[in-house]
Amino acid sequence: MGTGKNVMVFIETRHGKIADVSLELVSAANGLAASLGGSVEAVAIGYTLHKELETLGRYGCRRVYYTDDERLAHFTSIPYAKTVVRVIREHQPGVVLFGATTMGRDVAPRVASTLQCGLTADCTDLQIGEHEIKDVRYEKTLMQIRPAFGGNIIATIVSPESTPSMATVREGVMKMIDPDPAGTVEIIQEPCQVADDDFLTEILEVVSEEKQVNLKAAQIIVSAGMGASDPEALELVRDLARLLGGELGCSRPVVDSGVLVKDHQVGQTGTTVRPNLYIACGISGQIQHRAGMSEAKRIIAINRDPQAPIFAIAHYGIVGDVKDVLTKMIKAYKTKA
Amino acid sequence: MGLNIIVTVKQVPDTHNISGEAMKEDGTVNRAALPAIFNPEDLNALEEALKIKEQVGGMVTCISMGPPNAAEVLKECLYRGADDVILVSDRRFAGADTLATSYALKCAIEKVGDYDLVLCGRQAIDGDTAQVGPQIAEKLGINQLTCIAAVTAVDETSITVRRSVEDGYEIVKSRYPVLLTVTAEANEPRSASAKKVMTYKNIGKEVCNSSYDEAYLTPGACGVVSHIKEWNVETIGADPERCGLSGSPTKVKKIQSVVLTACESKQVPNTDAGIADLVHELIEENIIG
Ligand SMILES: Cc1cc2nc3c(=O)[nH]c(=O)nc-3n(C[C@H](O)[C@H](O)[C@H](O)COP(=O)(O)OP(=O)(O)OC[C@H]3O[C@@H](n4cnc5c(N)ncnc54)[C@H](O)[C@@H]3O)c2cc1C
Ligand SMILES: Nc1ncnc2c1ncn2[C@@H]1O[C@H](COP(=O)(O)O)[C@@H](O)[C@H]1O
Repeated sequence: MGTGKNVMVFIETRHGKIADVSLELVSAANGLAASLGGSVEAVAIGYTLHKELETLGRYGCRRVYYTDDERLAHFTSIPYAKTVVRVIREHQPGVVLFGATTMGRDVAPRVASTLQCGLTADCTDLQIGEHEIKDVRYEKTLMQIRPAFGGNIIATIVSPESTPSMATVREGVMKMIDPDPAGTVEIIQEPCQVADDDFLTEILEVVSEEKQVNLKAAQIIVSAGMGASDPEALELVRDLARLLGGELGCSRPVVDSGVLVKDHQVGQTGTTVRPNLYIACGISGQIQHRAGMSEAKRIIAINRDPQAPIFAIAHYGIVGDVKDVLTKMIKAYKTKA
Repeated sequence: MGLNIIVTVKQVPDTHNISGEAMKEDGTVNRAALPAIFNPEDLNALEEALKIKEQVGGMVTCISMGPPNAAEVLKECLYRGADDVILVSDRRFAGADTLATSYALKCAIEKVGDYDLVLCGRQAIDGDTAQVGPQIAEKLGINQLTCIAAVTAVDETSITVRRSVEDGYEIVKSRYPVLLTVTAEANEPRSASAKKVMTYKNIGKEVCNSSYDEAYLTPGACGVVSHIKEWNVETIGADPERCGLSGSPTKVKKIQSVVLTACESKQVPNTDAGIADLVHELIEENIIG
């Protein structure tokens, strides 16, 4: 097991189940580990998760370092961060990946701060490549790729001088591979070295709320952007979504301005979707939005600006006013024959 | 008595309203064309601090690291009711990633000394990293509660908050000292007070070097700040090697301007017939039912 060649994934569990984002990251880690000449590993924290962790083997994870302790059953910052730091120091992976979830974004920066290593948030792509700093060549280092500056640029970020290289990735960005039923994982029990006085957060209540919207599972999504955010236009977007049996999506400013709740947001900092049909209504198509929907099988864009970037990735473009176009679409659908 | 509350605030380019002019011909960003604004969620952090102060008493100190211009957001803090403001500014801080930023802010917070609560925005809109808060907490060696949607209770010894998480929320409590990252959900930030704008509009900066006078650490006797304090690497006792570019493990390897790869796309005429044809095509291909 070569030092610095393995790719380690932080495993997030919710109610005893491994989160999708962790399986997506394990899937993506296979390619990275192959390029580095190492294998896929995982760090898991919790209580009585042994059985569930076996799932990881089917996604190509070879070893999971598991810290099992009743006090760790529910997430708290310091105990989780210290445990991850301990496992990284002990097993020296070259790359560590976290889901860009509330938990991942809480733990990862704390871990990076302790280890004084680089961490890039919300990567949309990860690769292994080479980099040179002041005549020193790093043959195989993690390329952390993410949009920056309002999406007008794509930045490739590297951190070869410190190890490990760390990144967070949103749920849905990496594709989950088909599980191999024969794949197995070695579960390595790690000692829990967290002191009682590291448990500084008292959990008073944990409430699960069923999500109102399930964009990830939707086959059809009709999305409203700022060009369709007034009440009348939004009602038409809703009507079309309902009529087609789809979900209502939106761009970020629609959430920021309080028109729709965050669960509807598609994009780099919202949900990444791959539906059969995506209808973008009054959405300009900035990269952060496209990052979340460009892999839809069919994209219809409605925009009054013929230069809107969304048209460049749309399979069907309709230049016109959203209300006008949506009214025509609804009528055409209702009278289909 | 009361609580000593520190709020970190950042001046950011207004990336939400980025326009074509912000991009230069060669694909680089023309920062000059971007208006600089108060990072939105830092206003929520400030608002929460002011509310807590109103409830249990105390003192609100705002710290910003940035170029001299960042003094503007500190003025905005004064206009809303901050008791003291500090600009951490030095060429050697330039090019800092989140690790180097959190190190400088940690040094500044330790220089301020007594604190019970540190409030940060959840994330800054220039990068949306949400890393600086937790990294300050780690460096200070204190607890953190991130992604706060509401402060539900606060007293002299502890604070209780609601955190939004993927599948719901949790109510958690921590004793002081603790660092919180506050989201836009938490509150509606107040606007500037006209009276305070009059008081602070023309406030100047007082540069403190290593030999600065300790007296500057407390606001003026009459409760009015006389200067925006400006601290540099020496003032905050930071190791220059850990600041700015040299203290940043992440490096930008490459910047590409976004070129759209046009896919094969069909222009659908905006007419009843054109749209009916499209709908029929989708039905025939079983994309819609
Ligand atoms: C770090 C970061 C992360 C981000 N993450 C996301 C994300 O996850 N998701 C996301 O969506 N955005 C995200 N953004 C924001 C993104 O950069 C864009 O600002 C946003 O996607 C624009 O939304 P929009 O297209 O709805 O609005 P606008 O850009 O304002 O576009 C409105 C469009 O509607 C058209 N229009 C207006 N009126 C009409 C009408 N009557 N009929 C037809 N067309 C009309 C206009 O021509 C225009 O093209 C992020 C930004 C940053 C900096
Ligand atoms: N240069 C800075 N000066 C003051 N506060 C900052 C600075 N950078 C980040 N912060 C704080 O850290 C939070 C998260 O920032 P970020 O990690 O950049 O998303 C912000 O909302 C601010 O409260």
